[in-house]
Amino acid sequence: MSTPIIDTNVFLGRWPFRRLPLDEAALLAKALRERGVKQAWAGSFDALLHHDVDGVNGRLAAMCQRTDEKLFLPLGTVNPALPDWEEDLRRCQEKYRMRGIRVFPNYHRYALNDAAFVKLLKLATERGMLVQLAVSMEDERTQHPLVQVPQVDLAPLVEVIKTVPGVRLQLLNAFRSLRPDLLLKLVNAGHVSVEIATLEGVAGIEELLKQVPVERLLFGSLAPLFYFEAAALKLQESKFSDVQDKAIRRENAARLMAR
Amino acid sequence: MKFWDSHCHLSTPGRTIDERMGRLMEIADRVGVERVVLSMGLPPLLTNPTPEQLRKKNDETMEALLHWNHRAFGLCYVSGEHVEESLKEIDRCVAKGPLIGIKLWVAKRCNTPEVETLVKRAHELKGLIVQHAWQKTGGNPPGESTPQDVAELAGRLPEVPMVCYHAGGNWEAGTRALRPHKNVYVEIAGSNPTAGFVEMAVREVGAERVVYGSDAAGRSFASQIGKVLGTQLPEATKELIASGNLQRLLTPILKAKGMTV
Ligand SMILES: [Zn+2]
Repeated sequence: MSTPIIDTNVFLGRWPFRRLPLDEAALLAKALRERGVKQAWAGSFDALLHHDVDGVNGRLAAMCQRTDEKLFLPLGTVNPALPDWEEDLRRCQEKYRMRGIRVFPNYHRYALNDAAFVKLLKLATERGMLVQLAVSMEDERTQHPLVQVPQVDLAPLVEVIKTVPGVRLQLLNAFRSLRPDLLLKLVNAGHVSVEIATLEGVAGIEELLKQVPVERLLFGSLAPLFYFEAAALKLQESKFSDVQDKAIRRENAARLMAR
Repeated sequence: MKFWDSHCHLSTPGRTIDERMGRLMEIADRVGVERVVLSMGLPPLLTNPTPEQLRKKNDETMEALLHWNHRAFGLCYVSGEHVEESLKEIDRCVAKGPLIGIKLWVAKRCNTPEVETLVKRAHELKGLIVQHAWQKTGGNPPGESTPQDVAELAGRLPEVPMVCYHAGGNWEAGTRALRPHKNVYVEIAGSNPTAGFVEMAVREVGAERVVYGSDAAGRSFASQIGKVLGTQLPEATKELIASGNLQRLLTPILKAKGMTV
């Protein structure tokens, strides 16, 4: 039996541009459970384009609880470009008991050195919350012509991270644009982790581990937007030790969330 | 499940072509990829190669097969920008050499008479014909074919089987463009493993016309195999996509060359 998986990158709600085979929470829960996932960190697709972020977060929390509260761990969204976003952050923690948040700087149109985002990182860190930053959601070449969303520019993050001691940040869907040298700078600047949903290249994990310490690498599938098997097979495509395998499947994520 | 990968490149690390092949096949073994179809020689992949560069790329592809001809096939890289020289390459590498078809990339769009000439010649030899196509939201470079261009070519040559790489990139548009043309096979490589991709391809063009490929080593075998294994399609359908359809497509040229499957 292989180690149970913590999938750090799943979504509930509706992807705006097509229906997906597993976009019903109950179906996704069943599929993940059958594939050995014991915990799934869930954000909401609705957070990408909705202005009423608190409505999105409330529904997400309820859906996780109603569907499979042991499996789904909700991560609400805070959009620091919206008025009084601080209240959304407060509700995420105090009302919905969320242990982290998921942010979408490209869909919400702010740069990573904007004062509001830096403040969000500081406040979330003061509250002990994990911040997941989605670098992309979709290949820009296949986006809807009216919704062309560039990848997040991560370059300013290197300096920003240094100003927020104790921050815990995880990049989601980072690999299409993230150059290895920038990843290394980010990992060295603070507690920055990545997950494998958009990692490409044959034996990609094996290659990545030559540069990044295994402690910073987490399992993520981007299900149900991506086929879960794509991420699962990446574990099989690379060769690494049992200790590294356990770390990527579960332990790094468990430690990151527990702190 | 065993996979025949219709779309690979020599971009694994290695000091020699043989080392690169060894690495590629070592990784292929971990995920059930039995055979690979190679094209375009060593990196960097050249978008608009000169005739001399085409010859060099094809030499590299043929060298890769030397110790791997039991597991690897190679395609002859040709260009609609250099028709005469490309015809000579087809003669050298396919008619008289070990390669089993042609690869057309982004030098010239495939709805042109030049590309049609090359496709016809490859078909005379029973070769596998593979055309890259990507419909990009931000627009295509001048030589890059869209799936509509492939549909146009396929409509003019309805008796010629051909493979459209990447399902046209934007696969929702691509499968629609290609579905009327029964001679076109839809290959799934080189894009995000977006759920629903292969289900839609099967729904629109039928399971017999969907072909697995990865675009390794730049892409991961895993992410692209996930597109097949992640569906809820019947096992027999998955097997057609994984290897059966490509085996059927390759049968005429392999027979002509006296190669066994
Ligand atoms: Zn390719």
